[in-house]
Amino acid sequence: MNETVLRTEGLKAFYVLDVFGTQKVVKAVNEVNIEIRENEVYGIAGESGCGKTTLLKALVAAIEPPLRLIGGKVYYCGYGKEIDVSSLSAEEKRRLRWEYISYVPQGSMSVLNPVMKVKETYRDFIESHVSGKTREEAYEIAGRQIVELGLPRKILDTYPHQLSGGMRQRVTIALAALLRPRIIVCDEPTTALDVVVQRGVVQMLRDVQKYLENTIVLVTHDMGVQANIADRVGIMYAGKMVEEATTERIFGRPLHPYTQYLINSLPRFGDKTTRESVPGSPPSLIDLPSGCPFHPRCPYVLDICTKQMPGFVRLEPNHRVACWLVGEG
Amino acid sequence: METLLQVNHLTKVFSLGSIFSRVRIRAVDNVSFYVKPAEIFALAGESGCGKTTTARMILGFEEPTSGAIVHRGGQGGESENKKVWFTEGVQAIFQDPFGTFNPLRIVDRYFFETIGNFGLAANGKEAVKLIEEKLNAVGLSYDEFSGKYPSEFSGGQLQRISIARALLTDPTLLIADEPVSMVDASLRMSIVNLFKKLKEESGLSVLYITHDLATAYYVSDRIAIMFRGNIVEMGPVERVLMDPQHPYTRLLRESIPEADPKKRWGSRITLSDTEHEEYLRAGCKFAGRCSDATEMCKTESPQDVYFDDVLVKCHQCHL
Repeated sequence: MNETVLRTEGLKAFYVLDVFGTQKVVKAVNEVNIEIRENEVYGIAGESGCGKTTLLKALVAAIEPPLRLIGGKVYYCGYGKEIDVSSLSAEEKRRLRWEYISYVPQGSMSVLNPVMKVKETYRDFIESHVSGKTREEAYEIAGRQIVELGLPRKILDTYPHQLSGGMRQRVTIALAALLRPRIIVCDEPTTALDVVVQRGVVQMLRDVQKYLENTIVLVTHDMGVQANIADRVGIMYAGKMVEEATTERIFGRPLHPYTQYLINSLPRFGDKTTRESVPGSPPSLIDLPSGCPFHPRCPYVLDICTKQMPGFVRLEPNHRVACWLVGEG
Repeated sequence: METLLQVNHLTKVFSLGSIFSRVRIRAVDNVSFYVKPAEIFALAGESGCGKTTTARMILGFEEPTSGAIVHRGGQGGESENKKVWFTEGVQAIFQDPFGTFNPLRIVDRYFFETIGNFGLAANGKEAVKLIEEKLNAVGLSYDEFSGKYPSEFSGGQLQRISIARALLTDPTLLIADEPVSMVDASLRMSIVNLFKKLKEESGLSVLYITHDLATAYYVSDRIAIMFRGNIVEMGPVERVLMDPQHPYTRLLRESIPEADPKKRWGSRITLSDTEHEEYLRAGCKFAGRCSDATEMCKTESPQDVYFDDVLVKCHQCHL
């Protein structure tokens, strides 16, 4: 088993909103424990509003009000020691970003500065993290990297709006890979792209991962993309991790009823039998149901489900699930 | 053959740029298809292939440059107002359920407005009964619906509400423009299953416009694949998607990530030049990316050829 590069311990990140004098707490990430290993693609899946993006923000230590870290820790396990992220100063965090962990946010259009050419954005990145580079050297580094990743060099001289959505997304991934970080965190990189372009972006993510031999944390609700690229997949529901396993096991033997619904509802070619989607609607994170948050929608609900949140049961070293149906016995 | 909607040689040309450097783009280029009663017909393709423009022309939001749209054989019926007669038979639902409804109005108002516009009920009691009936058809109840604002529903619920509203006039054809792309993955199938149910139970036809071939395969009877304004392949969904003939259909089909870790993409692909260049290409618009392209493909536009009931627009498939 590879070494751990990133670990969370009982991570709790809530949005604390002040609405007309009353406090509302949105429990976006609630007691999440994950271990992400070196040289793997870790996928996080779940429906919209289940806290995937908030978890990523906590992982890259980009927590800003109204989001607050309520409890738990995020550890970076690099450079031979474990670093507790919340103990770092702003300057130390800035140093770690892009060298240890980099982040590709959702929506590539708003990531790149619209009034700067792509090469200026590159120069901005290089100058803020690598000292003592002249303008020409920075362009040279940018050009070399762009060509290495199989993109046309001419895009450096364009403005973001001149590029297609797929190309922009690939430029943001290239930017994130620029300083050879150990971890790249991608938030919905293929959403809102056409299928063929989506395949191009996944192809590039795989290339980057192979070339840097690093870790990619990929958040997407598209189970097809997860199946295609991830080594391990974690399923989130209402701010909690409910199941985690290798991709083969998640798709081959899902155990949590929610995961089963997610996977069985996917239409497949050559099979027109009726597929059922998850009944009901996702819960509000402000007012979570008691016990297991999935119990109002679960067809196999037990008495205990409404009262107590199940803990993780580890079935195999790589497969754990939080559900009362999967007991120790 | 009885057809509900017939689209003949539909063309739409958009002009871009100033008067000095005018570029004319044929967004929809000589497109013909038909929809039969009680049939789900899918119009699939990537963004910018002209599928939404086609839908907008059918709904009358956009004036076609040339071509004809014939609904129910073209008879105007007994109604004097052609537009009312048309919208009574053809209703639409759109991509973004949150954009469909005004956030400051309760959703009931839309239902009563439609009933008023078409004179569907004699009094308030009847109107409520009609609304209740249509809401039940989409799996909602009147109590959980009435008096609420759009923000109080989830995306999937709102999309079902907009379908219920479209059903008020008892249409024969529903035009659904990307109805599931904004709906959460876990609720997507409930909308798609609803189309299936409406087709089977009340004989509704659906023109299902989508980029998602997997749900198109699941729900539809026939499919047309559009590429840069042309229909490149059209026929029964089993044949088009399980045994694609056109190289573009094959590329699309292979590019759909299958939810099976054993079936990962092996081969590599090249992405297109800009859309713009492909639209302006003479000859086959796919020639720039096609691995089988010959000189003829680059200069001559291919003809539509029928193999049994499948239409293919490709030079290489003639042989």
